[in-house]
Amino acid sequence: VSSVIVAGIGMHPWGKWGRNFVEYGVDAARKALDDAGIAWTDVQFVSGADTVRNGYPGYVAGATFAQALGWTGAKVASSYAACASGATAIDVARMRILAGACDVALVVGADTTPKGFLAPTGGDRPDDPDWLRFRLLGATNTTYFGLYARRRMDLYGATELDFAKVKVKNSEAGQHNPNARYPKAFTVEQVLESPMVSDPLRLLNICATSDGGAAVVLVSEDYAKQHDVPTTVKVAAVSTVTPTYPNTVIEMPNFATDSAAVAGLPERPFRDDIAHAAYEEAGLGPEDLSLAEVYDLSSALELDWYENIGLCPPGEAEKLLNDGDTNLGGRIPVNPSGGLGAFGEAVPAQAIAQVCEVTWQLRGHAGARQVEGARVGLTANQGLFGHGSSVILTT
Amino acid sequence: MTAARPAIEGWFVDGDEPSLTGKRCDECGTYVFPPRAWTCPNPTCRSAQLSDVALSRTGTVWSYTTNHYEPPEPYIAPDPFEPYTIVAVELSGEGLVVLGQLDGDPAELRVGDSVELTTGVLYTDDEGPATIWRWRRVMQEATS
Repeated sequence: VSSVIVAGIGMHPWGKWGRNFVEYGVDAARKALDDAGIAWTDVQFVSGADTVRNGYPGYVAGATFAQALGWTGAKVASSYAACASGATAIDVARMRILAGACDVALVVGADTTPKGFLAPTGGDRPDDPDWLRFRLLGATNTTYFGLYARRRMDLYGATELDFAKVKVKNSEAGQHNPNARYPKAFTVEQVLESPMVSDPLRLLNICATSDGGAAVVLVSEDYAKQHDVPTTVKVAAVSTVTPTYPNTVIEMPNFATDSAAVAGLPERPFRDDIAHAAYEEAGLGPEDLSLAEVYDLSSALELDWYENIGLCPPGEAEKLLNDGDTNLGGRIPVNPSGGLGAFGEAVPAQAIAQVCEVTWQLRGHAGARQVEGARVGLTANQGLFGHGSSVILTT
Repeated sequence: MTAARPAIEGWFVDGDEPSLTGKRCDECGTYVFPPRAWTCPNPTCRSAQLSDVALSRTGTVWSYTTNHYEPPEPYIAPDPFEPYTIVAVELSGEGLVVLGQLDGDPAELRVGDSVELTTGVLYTDDEGPATIWRWRRVMQEATS
């Protein structure tokens, strides 16, 4: 099988800019096209990652970005998979390339977010679990992150200090990232003195909601060779798996898990499955990774991910962290971009931004954040309602 | 005074011994909560026949968290706002983990503690009080 090449990447800086999301997407797309040295008019397929917070243009993001860049007759698709939307849009584009249906694809995601907690769609919606969890329980997104964090404490002896150290680690890398919303180093004291949100998680343990945009240009190997596009970074795998019944970990926006009474426990929990499927496709394992970008919606959740992507057995993530293994300069750096802690989340752009960071790392262009000798990078993320998202890039 | 009504119909039964109402597949025996009208969630079962079942009133704490900020709508928060605790509970018989608010003080709560189902008022509006299920810690070692 021939490879799909990451020819270009681009990001509009994350922030709370309050402008139209299309502006961020177009900026990111132009940067990615310039980076690839490919003209917009040569793009054959546009793959948009949708936003559901910006009205109709957000639901048809692929066409929205194509119109903004100027209609060219390119084919289009728009994908929504919550936090996994970006990876789904990447998968749609690379599958068209692998199928031989196109040679040049542009993937774009961008968002403009409101202040405060992400809230469900408005109105009276008593048959929508995402509405009901707020109405009947007050189960905000951070509630679920708090449940996972508390379980780590009671089960594995994790401490608030461990969670704070994750935030500090990521901020030390993220301060060097020009696209990060919070490019500054935080201290353990600042984290531990920030207001409690969903006990044991404090404000500085939890990712904010941000505006931002990210784009990648994918091309076929043949196209790259014919047009002298560098083939440094290849897409080795994209995992967009759903859970396998029964999903026995309580997940947003659910009131309950699946029942294990008849089906028995699954071979692997869902988050393990996400990375497992990516490793299987790439023919690689956790021992091959140079770095990972994981979805630290909370700093405690980053520790769960260490185990989910196989960096260590369950219960040993705190040791990995405290040994400095996941620091920049450590054995397996995690979130050298600064992660969501430094960015905040721009939902449809975030999984694409993870791929941008791994690409910069594999090219050796990450500056002060550079992981020395990076050759293989994995991204991991999970979208509401059961969307897996993991991408493996190799040199 | 207006009589209390459930904040959601058909998800729990109130009374001296309240219980959550789930569904159980007539064919394979799989449980599901919240109750749903369509097919069995077990992918190896094609049954569409699910019957109401009262779920276990007791379980153990899988995890818990206390929210210190007022959630957005449609949550109806008391004025002034008071922090509240959400517990994830592993039911004793059904292989399900179910969320609910905690009735009581979270200070002594730990993963693995025994809890039982109770009910309470979630909010009061023009139609009167609306009730919801809650979890309450069971004192395991009463002083004798």
